[in-house]
Amino acid sequence: MKLDNNVKNALFEFLLRMGDDRLILGHRLSEWCGHAPVIEEDIALGNIALDLIGQASAFLNFAAGVEGKGRTEDDLAYFRNETEFKNLQLVEQPNVDFAHTIVRQYFFDVYSNLVLTNLTSCPVNELAGMASKSLKESKYHLRHSKQWLLRLGDGTDLSNEKTQNAVNNLWRFTKEIFDIDETEKLLIEKGIVPEMSGFREKWLDSINKTFMEAKLKLPEDNLDFSAGSRNGFHTEHLGHLLAEMQILARSYPGAKW
Amino acid sequence: MMYIAENEIWKLLETVFDPEIPVLNIVEMGIVREVNLNNNACEIKITPTYSGCPAMNTIENEIIKVLSKAGIKSVKVEKIFTETWTTDWIGQDARNKLRKYGIAPPEGESASDFYDNILTKNITCPYCKSTNTELTSEFGSTSCKSLHFCKDCHQPFEHFKCI
Ligand SMILES: [Zn+2]
Repeated sequence: MKLDNNVKNALFEFLLRMGDDRLILGHRLSEWCGHAPVIEEDIALGNIALDLIGQASAFLNFAAGVEGKGRTEDDLAYFRNETEFKNLQLVEQPNVDFAHTIVRQYFFDVYSNLVLTNLTSCPVNELAGMASKSLKESKYHLRHSKQWLLRLGDGTDLSNEKTQNAVNNLWRFTKEIFDIDETEKLLIEKGIVPEMSGFREKWLDSINKTFMEAKLKLPEDNLDFSAGSRNGFHTEHLGHLLAEMQILARSYPGAKW
Repeated sequence: MMYIAENEIWKLLETVFDPEIPVLNIVEMGIVREVNLNNNACEIKITPTYSGCPAMNTIENEIIKVLSKAGIKSVKVEKIFTETWTTDWIGQDARNKLRKYGIAPPEGESASDFYDNILTKNITCPYCKSTNTELTSEFGSTSCKSLHFCKDCHQPFEHFKCI
Protein backbone atom coordinates (compact mmCIF):
# COMPACT_ATOMS: atom_id res chain seq x y z
CA MET A 1 0.00 0.00 0.00
CA LYS A 2 1.44 3.37 -1.09
CA LEU A 3 0.98 6.12 1.49
CA ASP A 4 1.46 9.90 1.46
CA ASN A 5 4.14 11.24 3.79
CA ASN A 6 1.76 12.74 6.33
CA VAL A 7 -0.24 9.49 6.46
CA LYS A 8 2.98 7.53 6.81
CA ASN A 9 4.04 9.70 9.75
CA ALA A 10 0.65 9.23 11.39
CA LEU A 11 0.83 5.47 10.90
CA PHE A 12 4.32 5.44 12.41
CA GLU A 13 3.00 7.36 15.45
CA PHE A 14 0.04 5.01 15.77
CA LEU A 15 2.29 1.92 15.61
CA LEU A 16 4.53 3.42 18.31
CA ARG A 17 1.48 3.80 20.56
CA MET A 18 0.44 0.18 19.96
CA GLY A 19 3.98 -1.08 20.47
CA ASP A 20 4.84 1.09 23.47
CA ASP A 21 1.65 0.19 25.39
CA ARG A 22 2.59 -3.45 25.12
CA LEU A 23 6.31 -3.05 25.71
CA ILE A 24 5.88 -1.02 28.89
CA LEU A 25 3.06 -3.13 30.31
CA GLY A 26 4.99 -6.30 29.44
CA HIS A 27 8.03 -4.95 31.27
CA ARG A 28 5.92 -4.05 34.30
CA LEU A 29 4.44 -7.55 34.43
CA SER A 30 7.87 -9.11 34.10
CA GLU A 31 8.78 -7.46 37.43
CA TRP A 32 6.50 -10.04 39.06
CA CYS A 33 8.67 -12.89 37.86
CA GLY A 34 9.63 -14.93 40.92
CA HIS A 35 7.47 -12.76 43.22
CA ALA A 36 3.87 -13.70 42.40
CA PRO A 37 1.61 -15.01 45.20
CA VAL A 38 1.49 -18.59 43.84
CA ILE A 39 3.52 -20.41 41.22
CA GLU A 40 0.63 -20.74 38.71
CA GLU A 41 0.20 -16.98 38.88
CA ASP A 42 3.91 -16.39 38.49
CA ILE A 43 3.75 -18.45 35.29
CA ALA A 44 0.56 -16.69 34.14
CA LEU A 45 2.00 -13.20 34.57
CA GLY A 46 5.24 -14.28 32.93
CA ASN A 47 3.35 -15.70 29.94
CA ILE A 48 1.24 -12.57 29.55
CA ALA A 49 4.37 -10.40 29.77
CA LEU A 50 5.96 -12.53 27.05
CA ASP A 51 2.91 -12.20 24.78
CA LEU A 52 2.86 -8.43 25.24
CA ILE A 53 6.58 -8.00 24.57
CA GLY A 54 6.22 -10.23 21.50
CA GLN A 55 3.34 -8.10 20.26
CA ALA A 56 5.42 -4.97 20.93
CA SER A 57 8.26 -6.43 18.90
CA ALA A 58 5.94 -6.96 15.90
CA PHE A 59 4.40 -3.48 16.09
CA LEU A 60 7.74 -1.71 16.62
CA ASN A 61 9.42 -3.70 13.85
CA PHE A 62 6.64 -2.65 11.51
CA ALA A 63 6.88 0.94 12.79
CA ALA A 64 10.60 1.02 12.02
CA GLY A 65 9.87 -0.20 8.49
CA VAL A 66 7.16 2.43 7.95
CA GLU A 67 9.50 5.15 9.22
CA GLY A 68 12.14 3.97 6.76
CA LYS A 69 15.11 5.64 8.43
CA GLY A 70 17.06 2.47 9.08
CA ARG A 71 16.07 2.18 12.74
CA THR A 72 15.24 -1.28 14.12
CA GLU A 73 12.70 -2.40 16.71
CA ASP A 74 15.54 -2.55 19.24
CA ASP A 75 16.56 1.04 18.47
CA LEU A 76 12.98 2.09 19.13
CA ALA A 77 12.73 0.10 22.36
CA TYR A 78 16.12 0.91 23.87
CA PHE A 79 17.33 4.19 22.43
CA ARG A 80 14.34 6.49 22.73
CA ASN A 81 13.98 8.78 25.73
CA GLU A 82 10.99 9.13 28.04
CA THR A 83 9.27 11.94 26.09
CA GLU A 84 9.53 9.91 22.88
CA PHE A 85 7.51 7.05 24.36
CA LYS A 86 3.83 7.08 23.40
CA ASN A 87 2.38 4.49 25.78
CA LEU A 88 -0.62 5.23 27.98
CA GLN A 89 0.13 6.55 31.47
CA LEU A 90 -1.98 3.67 32.81
CA VAL A 91 0.47 0.97 31.72
CA GLU A 92 3.54 2.64 33.23
CA GLN A 93 1.99 2.78 36.73
CA PRO A 94 3.92 0.65 39.23
CA ASN A 95 2.74 -2.81 40.30
CA VAL A 96 2.19 -1.66 43.94
CA ASP A 97 0.39 -4.87 44.94
CA PHE A 98 -1.46 -7.73 43.23
CA ALA A 99 -4.73 -5.76 43.24
CA HIS A 100 -3.19 -2.77 41.42
CA THR A 101 -1.58 -5.14 38.92
CA ILE A 102 -4.86 -6.89 38.15
CA VAL A 103 -6.96 -3.71 37.96
CA ARG A 104 -4.42 -2.06 35.63
CA GLN A 105 -4.37 -5.19 33.50
CA TYR A 106 -8.15 -5.46 33.37
CA PHE A 107 -8.59 -1.82 32.30
CA PHE A 108 -5.99 -2.35 29.59
CA ASP A 109 -7.29 -5.75 28.43
CA VAL A 110 -10.84 -4.47 27.87
CA TYR A 111 -9.45 -1.55 25.86
CA SER A 112 -7.00 -3.74 23.97
CA ASN A 113 -9.74 -6.18 22.92
CA LEU A 114 -11.77 -3.29 21.53
CA VAL A 115 -8.96 -1.69 19.56
CA LEU A 116 -7.55 -4.98 18.22
CA THR A 117 -10.96 -6.24 17.13
CA ASN A 118 -11.39 -2.98 15.29
CA LEU A 119 -7.99 -3.23 13.59
CA THR A 120 -8.56 -6.73 12.20
CA SER A 121 -10.47 -5.06 9.34
CA CYS A 122 -7.69 -2.53 8.65
CA PRO A 123 -6.72 -2.37 4.93
CA VAL A 124 -3.00 -2.48 5.77
CA ASN A 125 -2.56 -6.26 5.68
CA GLU A 126 0.42 -6.46 8.05
CA LEU A 127 -1.36 -4.38 10.66
CA ALA A 128 -4.59 -6.37 10.32
CA GLY A 129 -2.58 -9.59 10.68
CA MET A 130 -0.75 -8.37 13.80
CA ALA A 131 -4.07 -7.27 15.26
CA SER A 132 -5.78 -10.61 14.69
CA LYS A 133 -2.80 -12.47 16.14
CA SER A 134 -2.64 -10.18 19.19
CA LEU A 135 -6.40 -10.38 19.64
CA LYS A 136 -6.27 -14.15 20.16
CA GLU A 137 -3.86 -13.53 23.03
CA SER A 138 -5.62 -10.46 24.37
CA LYS A 139 -8.80 -12.51 24.75
CA TYR A 140 -7.26 -14.90 27.24
CA HIS A 141 -5.41 -12.05 28.97
CA LEU A 142 -8.81 -10.47 29.55
CA ARG A 143 -10.28 -13.74 30.79
CA HIS A 144 -7.40 -13.98 33.29
CA SER A 145 -7.65 -10.41 34.63
CA LYS A 146 -11.45 -10.52 34.77
CA GLN A 147 -11.53 -13.82 36.68
CA TRP A 148 -9.11 -12.38 39.23
CA LEU A 149 -11.05 -9.15 39.54
CA LEU A 150 -14.22 -11.11 40.36
CA ARG A 151 -12.40 -13.11 43.01
CA LEU A 152 -10.60 -10.15 44.56
CA GLY A 153 -13.62 -7.84 44.51
CA ASP A 154 -16.10 -10.42 45.72
CA GLY A 155 -13.63 -12.17 48.02
CA THR A 156 -12.90 -11.10 51.58
CA ASP A 157 -13.39 -7.65 53.10
CA LEU A 158 -9.66 -7.08 52.86
CA SER A 159 -9.35 -8.16 49.22
CA ASN A 160 -12.33 -5.99 48.31
CA GLU A 161 -10.83 -3.00 50.13
CA LYS A 162 -7.46 -3.42 48.41
CA THR A 163 -9.06 -3.82 44.99
CA GLN A 164 -11.38 -0.84 45.44
CA ASN A 165 -8.35 1.18 46.52
CA ALA A 166 -6.51 0.15 43.34
CA VAL A 167 -9.54 1.10 41.22
CA ASN A 168 -9.69 4.52 42.89
CA ASN A 169 -5.98 5.12 42.37
CA LEU A 170 -5.88 4.04 38.72
CA TRP A 171 -9.16 5.51 37.54
CA ARG A 172 -7.70 8.92 36.67
CA PHE A 173 -5.42 7.32 34.08
CA THR A 174 -8.28 5.78 32.12
CA LYS A 175 -9.89 8.79 30.50
CA GLU A 176 -7.05 9.66 28.13
CA ILE A 177 -7.24 6.14 26.66
CA PHE A 178 -10.09 7.27 24.44
CA ASP A 179 -8.86 10.71 23.39
CA ILE A 180 -8.77 10.85 19.61
CA ASP A 181 -6.14 13.31 18.37
CA GLU A 182 -5.07 14.60 14.94
CA THR A 183 -2.94 11.50 14.28
CA GLU A 184 -5.85 9.13 14.75
CA LYS A 185 -8.31 11.47 13.03
CA LEU A 186 -6.14 11.44 9.91
CA LEU A 187 -5.82 7.64 9.93
CA ILE A 188 -9.57 7.24 10.40
CA GLU A 189 -10.25 9.73 7.62
CA LYS A 190 -7.94 7.78 5.28
CA GLY A 191 -9.68 4.54 6.23
CA ILE A 192 -6.53 2.98 7.69
CA VAL A 193 -7.83 2.83 11.23
CA PRO A 194 -11.53 2.00 11.45
CA GLU A 195 -13.84 4.43 13.25
CA MET A 196 -13.33 4.46 17.01
CA SER A 197 -16.20 6.57 18.26
CA GLY A 198 -18.26 5.00 21.01
CA PHE A 199 -15.26 3.08 22.40
CA ARG A 200 -15.36 4.74 25.81
CA GLU A 201 -19.05 3.83 26.16
CA LYS A 202 -18.38 0.21 25.21
CA TRP A 203 -15.41 0.08 27.55
CA LEU A 204 -17.43 1.58 30.42
CA ASP A 205 -20.24 -0.85 29.76
CA SER A 206 -17.91 -3.87 30.15
CA ILE A 207 -16.26 -2.39 33.24
CA ASN A 208 -19.67 -1.65 34.78
CA LYS A 209 -20.95 -5.20 34.30
CA THR A 210 -17.84 -6.77 35.82
CA PHE A 211 -17.76 -4.28 38.69
CA MET A 212 -21.36 -5.06 39.62
CA GLU A 213 -20.55 -8.76 39.74
CA ALA A 214 -17.31 -8.10 41.62
CA LYS A 215 -19.01 -5.78 44.15
CA LEU A 216 -16.76 -2.89 43.20
CA LYS A 217 -17.78 0.75 42.84
CA LEU A 218 -17.07 2.84 39.78
CA PRO A 219 -15.35 6.05 40.90
CA GLU A 220 -16.86 9.43 40.05
CA ASP A 221 -15.67 10.92 36.81
CA ASN A 222 -14.80 14.31 38.29
CA LEU A 223 -11.37 13.24 39.50
CA ASP A 224 -8.34 15.09 38.18
CA PHE A 225 -7.53 13.35 34.95
CA SER A 226 -4.01 12.87 33.71
CA ALA A 227 -3.49 13.07 30.00
CA GLY A 228 -1.06 13.63 27.19
CA SER A 229 0.85 10.35 27.08
CA ARG A 230 0.25 9.97 23.34
CA ASN A 231 2.29 13.16 22.95
CA GLY A 232 5.03 12.06 25.29
CA PHE A 233 3.80 13.42 28.63
CA HIS A 234 4.28 10.81 31.31
CA THR A 235 4.16 10.28 35.04
CA GLU A 236 7.43 10.07 36.98
CA HIS A 237 7.31 6.27 36.89
CA LEU A 238 8.17 5.81 33.21
CA GLY A 239 11.68 7.26 33.53
CA HIS A 240 12.57 4.84 36.30
CA LEU A 241 11.20 1.90 34.32
CA LEU A 242 13.17 2.90 31.21
CA ALA A 243 16.37 3.27 33.24
CA GLU A 244 16.14 -0.37 34.18
CA MET A 245 14.85 -1.60 30.83
CA GLN A 246 17.40 0.27 28.72
CA ILE A 247 20.58 0.21 30.78
CA LEU A 248 22.09 -2.93 29.27
CA ALA A 249 21.49 -1.90 25.66
CA ARG A 250 22.82 1.60 26.34
CA SER A 251 25.87 0.51 28.33
CA TYR A 252 26.86 -2.09 25.77
CA PRO A 253 25.45 -0.95 22.41
CA GLY A 254 25.12 -3.85 19.99
CA ALA A 255 25.56 -6.45 22.72
CA LYS A 256 24.47 -9.94 21.67
CA TRP A 257 23.81 -13.13 23.59
CA MET B 1 25.47 -26.64 -9.79
CA MET B 2 23.32 -28.68 -7.48
CA TYR B 3 19.61 -28.55 -8.01
CA ILE B 4 17.09 -28.99 -5.23
CA ALA B 5 13.35 -29.25 -5.88
CA GLU B 6 10.78 -27.50 -3.76
CA ASN B 7 9.36 -30.73 -2.33
CA GLU B 8 12.85 -31.64 -1.14
CA ILE B 9 13.05 -28.32 0.68
CA TRP B 10 9.79 -29.16 2.45
CA LYS B 11 11.24 -32.58 3.37
CA LEU B 12 14.32 -30.87 4.83
CA LEU B 13 12.13 -28.50 6.80
CA GLU B 14 10.41 -31.54 8.29
CA THR B 15 13.69 -32.26 10.08
CA VAL B 16 13.46 -28.99 12.01
CA PHE B 17 11.63 -29.44 15.30
CA ASP B 18 10.00 -26.99 17.62
CA PRO B 19 12.44 -27.01 20.57
CA GLU B 20 9.56 -26.67 23.01
CA ILE B 21 7.44 -29.48 21.52
CA PRO B 22 10.17 -31.86 20.38
CA VAL B 23 7.72 -34.37 18.86
CA LEU B 24 6.39 -32.00 16.19
CA ASN B 25 8.33 -30.55 13.28
CA ILE B 26 7.73 -27.02 12.04
CA VAL B 27 5.83 -28.16 8.95
CA GLU B 28 3.35 -30.24 11.01
CA MET B 29 2.97 -27.27 13.35
CA GLY B 30 1.95 -25.07 10.44
CA ILE B 31 4.78 -22.63 11.14
CA VAL B 32 6.16 -22.81 7.57
CA ARG B 33 3.77 -20.93 5.29
CA GLU B 34 5.69 -20.61 2.04
CA VAL B 35 8.78 -21.83 0.26
CA ASN B 36 10.06 -19.76 -2.66
CA LEU B 37 12.87 -21.22 -4.68
CA ASN B 38 14.76 -19.15 -7.20
CA ASN B 39 17.79 -20.88 -8.76
CA ASN B 40 19.83 -21.71 -5.71
CA ALA B 41 18.35 -19.04 -3.45
CA CYS B 42 15.60 -19.94 -1.08
CA GLU B 43 13.13 -17.81 0.81
CA ILE B 44 11.12 -19.37 3.63
CA LYS B 45 8.14 -17.62 5.15
CA ILE B 46 7.27 -18.56 8.69
CA THR B 47 4.62 -17.31 11.07
CA PRO B 48 4.97 -17.32 14.86
CA THR B 49 2.67 -19.54 16.91
CA TYR B 50 2.44 -17.00 19.74
CA SER B 51 3.68 -13.40 19.58
CA GLY B 52 6.21 -13.98 22.30
CA CYS B 53 7.28 -17.48 21.32
CA PRO B 54 10.96 -17.56 22.32
CA ALA B 55 11.57 -20.56 20.02
CA MET B 56 11.19 -18.51 16.83
CA ASN B 57 14.83 -17.40 16.70
CA THR B 58 16.10 -20.92 17.30
CA ILE B 59 13.79 -22.19 14.56
CA GLU B 60 15.02 -19.52 12.15
CA ASN B 61 18.67 -20.41 12.79
CA GLU B 62 17.91 -24.12 12.49
CA ILE B 63 16.23 -23.62 9.09
CA ILE B 64 19.28 -21.75 7.80
CA LYS B 65 21.59 -24.44 9.15
CA VAL B 66 19.67 -27.37 7.63
CA LEU B 67 19.26 -25.76 4.20
CA SER B 68 22.85 -24.50 4.04
CA LYS B 69 24.09 -27.97 4.85
CA ALA B 70 22.03 -29.29 1.93
CA GLY B 71 23.94 -26.96 -0.37
CA ILE B 72 21.60 -24.01 -0.70
CA LYS B 73 23.78 -20.93 -0.84
CA SER B 74 21.35 -18.20 0.04
CA VAL B 75 18.63 -18.81 2.60
CA LYS B 76 16.34 -16.05 3.76
CA VAL B 77 13.79 -16.59 6.52
CA GLU B 78 11.02 -14.04 6.79
CA LYS B 79 8.54 -13.76 9.66
CA ILE B 80 5.10 -12.91 8.34
CA PHE B 81 1.93 -11.81 10.11
CA THR B 82 -0.53 -11.71 7.23
CA GLU B 83 -1.67 -15.22 8.08
CA THR B 84 -2.67 -15.79 11.68
CA TRP B 85 -1.42 -19.06 13.10
CA THR B 86 -4.07 -21.42 14.40
CA THR B 87 -4.01 -24.89 15.94
CA ASP B 88 -6.51 -25.87 13.19
CA TRP B 89 -3.41 -26.30 10.98
CA ILE B 90 -2.15 -29.16 13.12
CA GLY B 91 -3.21 -32.37 11.35
CA GLN B 92 -4.53 -35.63 12.80
CA ASP B 93 -1.16 -37.42 12.69
CA ALA B 94 0.50 -34.65 14.62
CA ARG B 95 -2.34 -34.64 17.13
CA ASN B 96 -1.83 -38.35 17.74
CA LYS B 97 1.89 -37.77 18.26
CA LEU B 98 1.12 -35.11 20.86
CA ARG B 99 -1.22 -37.45 22.75
CA LYS B 100 1.36 -40.23 22.73
CA TYR B 101 3.92 -37.78 24.08
CA GLY B 102 1.57 -36.98 26.99
CA ILE B 103 0.19 -33.66 25.79
CA ALA B 104 -3.56 -33.52 25.17
CA PRO B 105 -3.95 -32.27 21.57
CA PRO B 106 -6.02 -29.15 20.88
CA GLU B 107 -9.73 -29.87 21.25
CA GLY B 108 -12.30 -27.95 19.26
CA GLU B 109 -11.80 -25.48 16.41
CA SER B 110 -10.31 -22.04 16.80
CA ALA B 111 -13.24 -20.34 15.11
CA SER B 112 -15.77 -21.87 17.50
CA ASP B 113 -16.46 -20.50 20.94
CA PHE B 114 -14.81 -23.60 22.44
CA TYR B 115 -11.81 -21.74 23.70
CA ASP B 116 -13.89 -18.80 24.91
CA ASN B 117 -15.55 -21.27 27.27
CA ILE B 118 -12.38 -23.13 28.22
CA LEU B 119 -12.95 -22.54 31.94
CA THR B 120 -15.90 -24.93 31.92
CA LYS B 121 -14.56 -27.57 29.48
CA ASN B 122 -13.24 -30.97 30.47
CA ILE B 123 -10.24 -31.79 28.32
CA THR B 124 -9.70 -35.50 27.64
CA CYS B 125 -6.81 -36.97 29.65
CA PRO B 126 -4.01 -38.13 27.26
CA TYR B 127 -3.14 -41.02 29.60
CA CYS B 128 -6.47 -42.68 30.42
CA LYS B 129 -8.92 -40.89 28.04
CA SER B 130 -11.12 -39.82 30.94
CA THR B 131 -13.01 -36.56 30.67
CA ASN B 132 -13.30 -36.37 34.44
CA THR B 133 -10.63 -33.64 34.45
CA GLU B 134 -10.27 -30.07 35.62
CA LEU B 135 -8.36 -26.98 34.58
CA THR B 136 -5.53 -26.11 36.98
CA SER B 137 -4.31 -23.04 35.11
CA GLU B 138 -4.76 -21.55 31.67
CA PHE B 139 -1.02 -20.86 31.64
CA GLY B 140 1.60 -23.57 31.50
CA SER B 141 5.27 -24.21 30.85
CA THR B 142 4.98 -22.58 27.41
CA SER B 143 2.49 -20.11 25.92
CA CYS B 144 0.80 -22.82 23.90
CA LYS B 145 -0.18 -25.08 26.80
CA SER B 146 -2.61 -25.03 29.72
CA LEU B 147 -2.43 -27.18 32.87
CA HIS B 148 -5.04 -29.78 33.80
CA PHE B 149 -5.57 -32.55 36.32
CA CYS B 150 -7.19 -35.93 35.71
CA LYS B 151 -9.44 -36.93 38.59
CA ASP B 152 -9.52 -40.58 37.45
CA CYS B 153 -5.85 -41.48 36.97
CA HIS B 154 -4.65 -38.64 39.21
CA GLN B 155 -2.14 -37.38 36.66
CA PRO B 156 -1.49 -33.72 36.02
CA PHE B 157 -1.24 -33.11 32.27
CA GLU B 158 -0.79 -30.37 29.69
CA HIS B 159 -3.20 -29.43 26.92
CA PHE B 160 -2.15 -27.82 23.67
CA LYS B 161 -4.58 -24.91 23.71
CA CYS B 162 -6.98 -24.51 20.82
CA ILE B 163 -6.36 -21.07 19.42
ZN1 LIG C 1 -6.32 -39.73 33.29
